[in-house]
Amino acid sequence: MLEIALKGSKRYYGWIAFLLVLIAIGSMAWLDQIVNGLKITGMGRDVSWGFYISQFTYLVGLAASGVMIVLPNYFHNYKPNKHMVIFGEFMAIAACIMCLLFIVVDIGQPTRMLNVILHATPNSILFWDMIVLNGYLGLNLLVGWVCLQADRARLPHPKWLKPFIYTSIIWAFSIHTVTAFLYQGLPGRHYWLTAILAARFLASAFCSGPAILLLVMMATEKFTTFKMPRKAVTTLVKIIMYAMCVNMFFFGLEVFTAFYSNMPGHMHPLVYLFAGYHGHTELVGLMWTFIALAAVSITLLVTPKLRNNLKLLPWTLGILVIATWIDKGLGLLIGGFNPTPFHTITPYWPTAKELLVSMMVYAIGALVVTILFKIATGVKEELGQSQAMACGCSTEDECDCTHGCVCTEECTCKEA
Amino acid sequence: MKNNRRSFIKLAGIAAAGLAIAPKAMAAAMGGSAPIKEDPKGITAKQWAMVIDTTRLNTAQGIEKLAKVCHSVHNVPFIEGKQEVKWLWPDIYEHSFTEQENPYLADAVKKRQYALLCNHCQNPPCVRVCPTKATYKRPDGIVDMDYHRCIGCRYCMAGCPYGSRSFNWGEPRDHLDLAALNKEYPTRMRGVVEKCNFCVERLAVGKLPACVEASNGAIHFGDLNDPNSEVRAVLRERFTIRRKPSAGTEPSVYYII
Amino acid sequence: MKMHYGAPIIVGLVIFVGALCAPFVVGMAVTKTYKQPELKMPANEKECVESKEFMREKHMQLLNDWRDWALRDGKRIYTNHAGKEFTISLQNTCMKCHISKADFCDKCHTDAGVSPYCWDCHIQPEGLK
Repeated sequence: MLEIALKGSKRYYGWIAFLLVLIAIGSMAWLDQIVNGLKITGMGRDVSWGFYISQFTYLVGLAASGVMIVLPNYFHNYKPNKHMVIFGEFMAIAACIMCLLFIVVDIGQPTRMLNVILHATPNSILFWDMIVLNGYLGLNLLVGWVCLQADRARLPHPKWLKPFIYTSIIWAFSIHTVTAFLYQGLPGRHYWLTAILAARFLASAFCSGPAILLLVMMATEKFTTFKMPRKAVTTLVKIIMYAMCVNMFFFGLEVFTAFYSNMPGHMHPLVYLFAGYHGHTELVGLMWTFIALAAVSITLLVTPKLRNNLKLLPWTLGILVIATWIDKGLGLLIGGFNPTPFHTITPYWPTAKELLVSMMVYAIGALVVTILFKIATGVKEELGQSQAMACGCSTEDECDCTHGCVCTEECTCKEA
Repeated sequence: MKNNRRSFIKLAGIAAAGLAIAPKAMAAAMGGSAPIKEDPKGITAKQWAMVIDTTRLNTAQGIEKLAKVCHSVHNVPFIEGKQEVKWLWPDIYEHSFTEQENPYLADAVKKRQYALLCNHCQNPPCVRVCPTKATYKRPDGIVDMDYHRCIGCRYCMAGCPYGSRSFNWGEPRDHLDLAALNKEYPTRMRGVVEKCNFCVERLAVGKLPACVEASNGAIHFGDLNDPNSEVRAVLRERFTIRRKPSAGTEPSVYYII
Repeated sequence: MKMHYGAPIIVGLVIFVGALCAPFVVGMAVTKTYKQPELKMPANEKECVESKEFMREKHMQLLNDWRDWALRDGKRIYTNHAGKEFTISLQNTCMKCHISKADFCDKCHTDAGVSPYCWDCHIQPEGLK
């Protein structure tokens, strides 16, 4: 099937060339880091993990989120998702690759990386994170590729694959749980030391992940003949809405527990993030932006009229992604390290080089997504599944477009 | 064709397995049981511990002096700013004993500086989280590091509730006086974590830790499990506290207040 | 049976096999002129920790074991096959006899094209500059 990725328009190759340029620029910064060490980053003795690990954490959520399409399809036999499943799996592959790369760029001695296997240490959560991430990558590669190949040959999905599919659905929850365990089992970091952290991670993953997936799919629709079935989109948006509400509810639980109990250790990180502490107010603006954007996105999602407005949807999702990214991709990490074990504040901000290296990883992820989505949409086009129709509907929608009409909100053709 | 390919893969598999087993077979050929023993000169314990008398050792200057001894014995680089490396350093009460604050602390206690270092915890979180056993607890209670094995993931730094660990963000030798190195002890390389090792290399040859030796008796050192040891005698007589008892790590460094 | 693209495939195969064999051909040529490096042996010590042959072949395994024994087990005395005892230490035992890294270690390591990272941390007897 790989040959599908080789045949593309000038625009397709232009986009790939653009990504390769980004990767090349970023790899210069990475080379610099390999030669000079992690001193080129903004990290230090007190904030000893930074942008890399926080991006890793956020992207584990993206990897896990594909399950919000896969699960309804296999566990609930919800068939409108049928042609979306492959994109959830392929997105998970790209996300897993980015996660692993963010770990690789973060460690000080990458050449010794295999020590994690050579000297396997099951009492370290990092060991399990290595297992679950690589396992999830492998499962999605296997399931995605075999299913798509069977589809292309117009054959039913092989029976032997079933156990792998069900395993991968459960596995999706494990990857983000284990990633939360990385943080929530540390005795000195109060912002992370909370039993609800894994649940928060999952809630935030199941809103932000599908939101990113939908945004990427909308872009894909612009450049291919693929069209998401309306029902699949509206269901996914509802899932996003509930997950975001649960996410913010969980955050509220943290705030209540910290402030009603009046436990200094639990309050201080929140105070630092949202009000400033010891005169340090670096993150206050950003954290309130998170709250404001979260409120806006929830408002847009819970109002049926606004939720079903497809023109507004990309904005709603974009706002949600930014809100969750500030919370989990930035605040969570910096708030965990501040106040420091000495109850002082050491501000952290990534350096330009750190951002360039991160850009490299994101560009590699985008490249993987581009190639895999190109293959998937190519196969769907060959099969004529879930294709765009002149009226704006998908072939999977119940729309009988014989009237030359244009469907905007719903399939209106039947009545017209 | 198909059979050929299958037998080739089989063969390749056997070859790979052979490669994996070979080093172990060689180790067995070398004698099996390790021909090693402890240095009879060395001093041993079940759980080494330190009691710092803050009534005697309590100025930044005094502690810096010990830190200088420690850092020069262990070739610890001097780096200014947030990427510093330190094994032993002074800090004030409210930074050292967080969660044991008191707005009306006795002036004397408030004014003091406290010597901070790795606590060599009985339940060390750093050992729990390390994915390669690069940091480990020795039979004598010392939390030591194997810098050869450290991959620089810095999980131990996130795990340590005492901020006792430093990472070599850059090349440590750029920040050392190469002419004044202790040639009996290595430096570290870039990309590994380091910290106080309770002077295992000195205990092994019968010497007390460098800071203890230089403290003029202000730091007591001995076996916590031996009721007749110096540290147990001091702990029986004097009031001591430890850093962050609520973390459940059971630090082996005590402070006489 | 007609072979499609026969010429380019065969040319390609020849280039591939040639490239594959080139190192061996070059290696044979180099082997003829290659001279074993001359190591500077310690002046006043004839016996190493183990036999010369053992040290030549397995010093890296020995150092590997020494490290774990000293660091993890806290046992720093090694008894060799002849019953003689040595303190386990690269800097304070090995390099007290082999007083030059450049004249001893590097000789073979350079020829063998290996660069062990011992000296990233351990201080060579010549000192650092």
